[in-house]
Amino acid sequence: MKVKAKFKNDITKVRVLAKHPMETGRRINKETGEKIPAKYIQELTCEYDGKVVFVAQFGTAVSQNPYLAFSFEGGKKGYTLELRWNDNTGDVEKTEAKIK
Amino acid sequence: MAISRRKFLNMLTVGSTACLALMTPITSWAAWASDAFNAEKPEDAYKSLFGSNELIESDEVKLKVPKIAENGGAVPVSVKTDMKNVESISIFVKDNPQPLTATFQIPVGTIADISTRIRLAQTSTVTAVIKADGNLYSKSQEVKVTIGGCGG
Repeated sequence: MKVKAKFKNDITKVRVLAKHPMETGRRINKETGEKIPAKYIQELTCEYDGKVVFVAQFGTAVSQNPYLAFSFEGGKKGYTLELRWNDNTGDVEKTEAKIK
Repeated sequence: MAISRRKFLNMLTVGSTACLALMTPITSWAAWASDAFNAEKPEDAYKSLFGSNELIESDEVKLKVPKIAENGGAVPVSVKTDMKNVESISIFVKDNPQPLTATFQIPVGTIADISTRIRLAQTSTVTAVIKADGNLYSKSQEVKVTIGGCGG
């Protein structure tokens, strides 16, 4: 997951690009004729300074490689954001991003 | 009583598996709204997610989506508002197999302004719902899709 966090005018703006297929479970593999099992991110959270600043819950209709942008008040240059997502199959990815 | 080497190793493995078992449930601390996401009608999704389907149409909810989307697989959506005490922002696509697309919790200090990209199976109305002060405010717009985003 790629994260960019920028602090300006007392606000930290965060942009996230999570690499994920976001399979809906409705697509059919053209070669085998079988349904491709669902695999999609269900939840993405962002913490700053031990506090949850953002929680996103996704269904299957969020695009492949989900993009998210949000902002919160405060933050500090050089400090770290902690992000994580988990998908419906139990996969988890965690990452840290420095506020610039 | 002396502990045999075998017994000691057994104790180690049992201990560590118990630790793992305790650690795994942390994967989801706020329950994913499965009933709302699985609902097939917007009204059912509203009811399940908010406990109510009484939406108040409001221009205070600023929904930005293209009128025409060439590719239904990635339609940019932005929702923002100047309203106070915003608790959550949710996005619904009326004619998708499952209308609830995403819901965002807005804790105190987080700004009610989000952007993401969503899929539209076909031309449909997109509705943003903002929960603020316990009320549900909504804004809808139709998006024409030339290539669907959920096809096989």
